[in-house]
Amino acid sequence: MRSALMALPLLLAFVAGASATEDAGQIKTSKGSAQIDRSGQKLSAAVGQVVQQGDTVVTGADGSVGITFRDSSLVSIGPDSVLVIDRFVFDPTTHQGNFDASLKQGTLAVVSGKLAKQSPDAMKVKTPAAILGVRGTEFLVRTAPAKD
Amino acid sequence: MRKLVWLAPVALTILVGCATRNDLYVLLPGKNGKTGALVVESQGKKQTLDTPYAAARIKNVGSVDGVTSSEAEVKQEFGPALAAQPQRPVSFYLYFQLDTDEFAPESKALVNQIFAEIARRPAPEIVIIGHTDRVGTMQYNDALSLRRAERCRDELIKLGIPKVRITVSGRGSREPEVPTEDRVPEPRNRRVEISVR
Repeated sequence: MRSALMALPLLLAFVAGASATEDAGQIKTSKGSAQIDRSGQKLSAAVGQVVQQGDTVVTGADGSVGITFRDSSLVSIGPDSVLVIDRFVFDPTTHQGNFDASLKQGTLAVVSGKLAKQSPDAMKVKTPAAILGVRGTEFLVRTAPAKD
Repeated sequence: MRKLVWLAPVALTILVGCATRNDLYVLLPGKNGKTGALVVESQGKKQTLDTPYAAARIKNVGSVDGVTSSEAEVKQEFGPALAAQPQRPVSFYLYFQLDTDEFAPESKALVNQIFAEIARRPAPEIVIIGHTDRVGTMQYNDALSLRRAERCRDELIKLGIPKVRITVSGRGSREPEVPTEDRVPEPRNRRVEISVR
């Protein structure tokens, strides 16, 4: 009985990890043209819409989107931006997990959350030119091809 | 061959002179007074940003220039992204009697403040996180902290908050408000954090 009880958290962790469609965050601000691309399906990036691992968030020339993630990371993008949520795993008891995102183009503002606070390697942001190691708190990214 | 060696620096200058990227990375001063750090790495070349407005520019992949940005440049370059930032989460704390899920009486007054915070947010979520002191085993405290969080959730639901907006978790004794040795009873650590975001 005792060993069964001890195995329970492991089992729960496994079940939580296995559900790939678990919400990663929720859209809190949305302006202008903004969409989520979820496995080829286009969804409106409206306030209240959930964001999942694997989603691509895309804004038009007048668009912006702000997302609060489950670890309380705050992530927002400006106009003409493309952000991919490559991986989001968060254990609310231990604060262990991973948050990997890629800014393909545009601008990004981040206030890191509980994942980055727990472990300096937990959050990574990639751009076409660089990889960012997030050691906490607030930063900005612009990635764009050089102007001719 | 000799000519080629002579030409190499010229070719390199031409390549470097022709920028392919217009990337900018800026570390901001933290709103809580603390400035963190950001490591910007491009093909093994690194810059660590660890002071307010420390910045890195990448004009070519594999070269990272350390520069300093400013509040004015940040406003100009990142205005819309900054304006789109979600409101920061706000936390409230309720306290408990030893080894129980009974509220300390003074905590009941907080409920109105929590409602006001929920009312002023778009798509509000309520995250309820239970904590314990270091009396008891880790497994026991994980369960107790979750029970405290669930007790809070049940109270908030009775007060009319939709269940779907609430998530609960237990942190056990991992995140004390006041650090103590093991087995020390500490009322300030027997608490539930209600984060509205």
